[in-house]
Amino acid sequence: MIIGKVVANVVSTEKHPHYIGHKLLMVQVLDAYGAPKGKPLLAVDGVQAGIGDTVLVVDEGGSARSVVGDEKAVTIRTAICGIIDRIDIEGNT
Amino acid sequence: MKLGKVIGRVVCTKKLPCFDGLKLLLVQPLDHLRMEAGPPIVAFDTVKAGEGDLVFFESGKEAAQANPNGWFNPADAAILGIVDAVNAEEVS
Repeated sequence: MIIGKVVANVVSTEKHPHYIGHKLLMVQVLDAYGAPKGKPLLAVDGVQAGIGDTVLVVDEGGSARSVVGDEKAVTIRTAICGIIDRIDIEGNT
Repeated sequence: MKLGKVIGRVVCTKKLPCFDGLKLLLVQPLDHLRMEAGPPIVAFDTVKAGEGDLVFFESGKEAAQANPNGWFNPADAAILGIVDAVNAEEVS
């Protein structure tokens, strides 16, 4: 799982049937200290996240399909499975 | 998944049979401010997208699963939706 921050919501009408009924959010990947790392990606929302939330993201097909609860949605790969309240790192103030 | 913009079409006559009937498009990945994020890639289309459209695309084995000719094929990027709007707020 990776840590990210929701930076935008994405609206799409014409889409693959597997994505119907799912909210799409754009997530900027972060490192453990909250600094942006790499390019943003799109994820299906499984936890009612919103813009500004720090979230837990899975970028693996089987995990993402279990988040959306549809094991036949084989084209879904990235999903948000948690909203992070806090990250404690030893030795970090 | 990533956000992208269709910037061109790729025509390919000699190709594997599993790519028959697929439209190949050149997609520029974008970030939430619609700035370019990485080099363009070639993706096959499942939603009748066209040049200039804002789309979202999947990469990896999940993309191959969207191929109507069957799941066992070498495609590694597929356009899965046309994006109507990206609502980004400045967050601190």
